[in-house]
Amino acid sequence: MTTPGATPEPEAEAGAPVGREPAGAPGAERRLHVLTPLRRAWVPITATVGLVVQQGERAQEWVRSFPLGLRLLALAGLVLVFGSYGLLSWWFTHYSVTDTELRIRTGLLFRRTAHIRLDRIQAVDVTRPMLARVAGVAKLRIDVIGTEEKDELAFLSEPDAVALRAELLARAAGFAPAEAAGLGEAPQRELLRVPVRDLVVSMLLSLGVWAALAAGLVAPVVVWRLSDNLWASLAIVLPLLGAMWKGSMGRFLAEYDWTVAESPDGLRLDHGLLDREHETVPPGRVQTVRIVEPLLWRRRGWVRVELAVAGSKNGVLVPVATRAAAHAVIARVLPGADLAALAFSPSPRAGSRWVVPVWWKGYGLSVSEQLFAARHGRLCRRTEVVPHAKVQSVRLAQGPWERVWGVADLHLDTGANSTVTARLRGAAEAAALLDAQAVRSRTSRAASRPDRWMT
Amino acid sequence: MGTGTRRETGEPEWVGLPGGLLTLRRLLLVIWTVLLTVATAVPLGLLAGPGWALFGVFWLVLLAWGWVLLGRNWRSWRYAERADDLLISRGVLWREQTVVPYGRMQLVEVTSGPLERRFGLASVQLHTAAAASDARIPGLVPAEAERLRDRLTALGEARSAGL
Repeated sequence: MTTPGATPEPEAEAGAPVGREPAGAPGAERRLHVLTPLRRAWVPITATVGLVVQQGERAQEWVRSFPLGLRLLALAGLVLVFGSYGLLSWWFTHYSVTDTELRIRTGLLFRRTAHIRLDRIQAVDVTRPMLARVAGVAKLRIDVIGTEEKDELAFLSEPDAVALRAELLARAAGFAPAEAAGLGEAPQRELLRVPVRDLVVSMLLSLGVWAALAAGLVAPVVVWRLSDNLWASLAIVLPLLGAMWKGSMGRFLAEYDWTVAESPDGLRLDHGLLDREHETVPPGRVQTVRIVEPLLWRRRGWVRVELAVAGSKNGVLVPVATRAAAHAVIARVLPGADLAALAFSPSPRAGSRWVVPVWWKGYGLSVSEQLFAARHGRLCRRTEVVPHAKVQSVRLAQGPWERVWGVADLHLDTGANSTVTARLRGAAEAAALLDAQAVRSRTSRAASRPDRWMT
Repeated sequence: MGTGTRRETGEPEWVGLPGGLLTLRRLLLVIWTVLLTVATAVPLGLLAGPGWALFGVFWLVLLAWGWVLLGRNWRSWRYAERADDLLISRGVLWREQTVVPYGRMQLVEVTSGPLERRFGLASVQLHTAAAASDARIPGLVPAEAERLRDRLTALGEARSAGL
């Protein structure tokens, strides 16, 4: 099966400044939501106010030396300047959808045009931060390899964002443009919803959360005792508190009401308590899947599933679920993957125990028709799964100590910059695997789905 | 000096690197160690007495050791073009063998620094979508590097698979 447009085109992402009207654009140019300037204007204003506050006494004295009227005038001027900056940058930001691309034109002085190829879309996310939810707007991010922060469309009105996402996905799937605009949202079927209770219990059973909490509570006391300096302890504590928040409460807020659904245009992930996020990963974009089984979860048979998509920041597929449920979801993500049938073979005992004492028992490898799965870790067991079709290159590595004991490591590199490593295989087995894996990766790629998945 | 092989099946036919790279590296080694020897022996000999100048021998020992090491490292580098993938094998103590299917190549790069150019050398680097796949063949003759580049590009186009 050949994939249309699979050969890399150098001009696919060119940021060349084009004239006012991009030549031959069939899609009409559209603007972002009217509330967008507010967001752009607020950043510089708060930065200026923050600077004045931080400069402390001197700046305040200087400010106080002016009469009240002048101060108000200055503030008004500041708001006006930054407000008009926001307004202008909003005015000069356009986006349009053509047959093959999403084009985003930005910039007042330095013009920048991003052409994002639709058949290369790795994921589409609609994010609604809390304030944006109040205002009824949403952010749309399109993940293509090499996209930057500024390639997101912020903000669009919610119905627009949803409609645009549906249109982009329909076009990326290979529907005709006229058809794609009218198709609307693809129907979805819910695969899994994580109950709040399970999420809370799972977090209470995570050592990482407790470690973050403990570090956050102990570190201030220690620093206080050692230094007697309030500022030093604050400087150390603040980042720690940030990390603690991120590891516990922030994670809870982000993973609240986690829903995994399936639709013809891919996998849908909905989650978040305050900031709602809606991610869509089209079929065939997932490079690797990692199943994490923390020690304290094992009695309940719970697992966490993480995924890697090239050029995307999305990392979690299922925050917590039973093993069977997780396997069912993974089977939808990697078609034909039967994780329950994988039989892991351990590393050879004779050599491995001298190379990695004790922990070598955690290593395991299983190769099936579709998958290459490697397991490691004894307390927190991690299983990394990569479909043969997603393997970019295979490496065999052997250090001197490993050679003495006749073992070697096999690395499989994938497009999401993740590497799946099968450690400590027998040297002969590893050499055979290296050859076999290269063949498997080639042949199964030929049988996989095209980039435009509805064609 | 090796030329590419095109055997389609069976055992890969390995090709080693031409001698230029070894010459270049050994030359650099000699220059640096001799400089260091002089820089150590002369001040010590003048200031502390002729006996102390013997400390300079340390660098000469290093030179002998490095000479052998470079030779072994150079011999360990080899590559093979198979029908569907490129094999690169290298390393003496830390051995590494890489297989890159032609269809996964995103870009083939031929580079040649000023020193390498003087010695008539060029290296070929293959990039796939995975940053970790480190497939580089250093110290090739420019003609061979270009032949390899053209062949890899042609094969990559024919078997293109992307992500």
